[in-house]
Amino acid sequence: MASIDVESVGKVYTGGVRAVSDIKLNIADGEFIVLVGPSGCGKSTLLRMIAGLETISEGEVKIGSRTVNNMEPADRDIAMVFQNYALYPHMTVRQNLEYGLKNRKTPKAEIDTRVAEAARMLEIGQYLERKPRALSGGQRQRVAMGRAIVRKPAVFLFDEPLSNLDAKLRVSMRGEIKRLQRRLGTTSIYVTHDQLEAMTLADRLVVLNGGKVEQIGAPLEVYHAPASTFVASFIGSPAMNLVKGELHGDKLAIGPSMIGLNGFAPTSGAVTVGFRAEDMRIARADEEALPFRLEYTEELGSQRLIHGMIGDQLATAAVAPDAELSPEMRLAIDPKRLHFFAADTGKRLPGQVPAQAKLAPAEPVI
Amino acid sequence: MVENRPFITFLTHLILIIGVLTVVFPVYLAFIASTHGPTDFMSGIVPLTPGDHMAANYGYLLNSGESTAGAPPFLMMLVNSLIMAILIAVGKISISIISAFAIVYFRFPLRVLAFWVIFMTLMLPVEVRILPTYKVVADLGMLNSYSGLVIPVIASATATFLFRQFFLTVPEEMMEAARVDGAGPLKFFRDILLPLSRTNIAALFIIMFIYGWNQYLWPMLITTEPHYYTVVMGIKRLASVLDGDTQWNLVMAGVILAGLPPVLVIIFMQRLFVKGLVETEK
Repeated sequence: MASIDVESVGKVYTGGVRAVSDIKLNIADGEFIVLVGPSGCGKSTLLRMIAGLETISEGEVKIGSRTVNNMEPADRDIAMVFQNYALYPHMTVRQNLEYGLKNRKTPKAEIDTRVAEAARMLEIGQYLERKPRALSGGQRQRVAMGRAIVRKPAVFLFDEPLSNLDAKLRVSMRGEIKRLQRRLGTTSIYVTHDQLEAMTLADRLVVLNGGKVEQIGAPLEVYHAPASTFVASFIGSPAMNLVKGELHGDKLAIGPSMIGLNGFAPTSGAVTVGFRAEDMRIARADEEALPFRLEYTEELGSQRLIHGMIGDQLATAAVAPDAELSPEMRLAIDPKRLHFFAADTGKRLPGQVPAQAKLAPAEPVI
Repeated sequence: MVENRPFITFLTHLILIIGVLTVVFPVYLAFIASTHGPTDFMSGIVPLTPGDHMAANYGYLLNSGESTAGAPPFLMMLVNSLIMAILIAVGKISISIISAFAIVYFRFPLRVLAFWVIFMTLMLPVEVRILPTYKVVADLGMLNSYSGLVIPVIASATATFLFRQFFLTVPEEMMEAARVDGAGPLKFFRDILLPLSRTNIAALFIIMFIYGWNQYLWPMLITTEPHYYTVVMGIKRLASVLDGDTQWNLVMAGVILAGLPPVLVIIFMQRLFVKGLVETEK
């Protein structure tokens, strides 16, 4: 159990390539942090610096109260789960679990209890004498997690642990990771490029882009008030619609159409307007709406995604599965569900934060 | 590929059978010759059926050697060859696996250069450096000794290269997992890498054993005492008699004796050998 402080950490590889710059992050004891971002955003590098597998070029990492910059991974009191499991192929599951403990000269009796406990928790008891080769992907993943659990570390580090699993297994393993972490209360850092994993697992999300932090916040905070167009398009599925628009007083012009904002306009002039697919609805005849030219639909069962154009810009809306469709439609949106971003920097414009209370629709089924 | 063309099948079998015969016939001839008495070759016609001197020939050769030809008992030479081949094989594998470990897993100055220097020596056969090597060995007083037989050929660029290639296929996460598990470099080497390279080691052992066993030029140069003769060079001694006729039946018996151990090694280690060449366990 420990808190982690990442203080102005940066990574420059030999040759001058900068992977990560100036990351500040304070992780509370027992918190589940997810680092999320597209590939190459530096999330794995950051994790590996915390693990001690990469040297820290700038700044300081503290686990508990100890600065760990120059410590070996084994001395940092961490355990790591790798994407390809990295089980030792020539050892049985039991030996895999025991290896780290043996290296620490843990007494034999203690090792046995811990292995038995982890095996029970992960339901891998009957595989203990098998080699990893004889296990399925999901079972290997459990063993990899078991190897982390038996160590009883202060911090769990997960490096895209579910990427090698099929979609269904991923969902169930995701639940298990969450359950385990809750139960053990161990501070965890989890790296993924999958926004759904990030949303569902995290106590707090750290969205990274180009080696910099874009936003840190609770999943719903990030979802409802993305700090930039990057975060807006990355978190949530389908991605938030981002269209160019112009604010004229209390009116928003998107292409040729114009809708009133009821006083929600944060500024004036050119902006990028964001809105979630599920916040759009088919307009009644008597209300202000955006013209929408339907191009194709995607059926998700519980809802129907309609893709098309607003003016000359692409947009996606989620409607009820029985909604009536036509080639030319009109879609309405509540002005307080609109997100405004500066047209040049893509940063969120301060102003009305959409009320979170009634924004009910759970994230769409994938 | 499944093909059903009888003529092609027949042809391929014919070619294969001819190939097998080409390889097997001389060996057969050598064996047959080794079972005949000394006078059976005077006619110039090599018999094709076994004679009745087999026990006598082999017994004579193994125990007393051919003194007129300056060849000591074959049993002693076989033991010498065995010692040399095993020392060479074990030495080559130990040295090359350690150097490959250094090259793959450590970042030290001139690492790449070191690798290329090792790699380039692949192109230098022993014969090229044989005179300077002889000088060095002679100056160190290692003529007529096992160390003299073994040490000059104990480093192997091929094995280093093969181990390097194998280590490169071991996922990096394995090393990282071991580091997180508290295994230092040597522990990682002993607990993870060595067991993983088991099949490669077996395959290389066979190759290197045969390489060591077949050494001819080098033992010939540095051994002058019969006590250190190896079997491959012993055949040469046997064949070049100073006066009188070469005893071909004995020479052929020597050839069979010298050829037997590598064959046995392959037969008994074949499964490991093939596994090591085709299978990477990850």
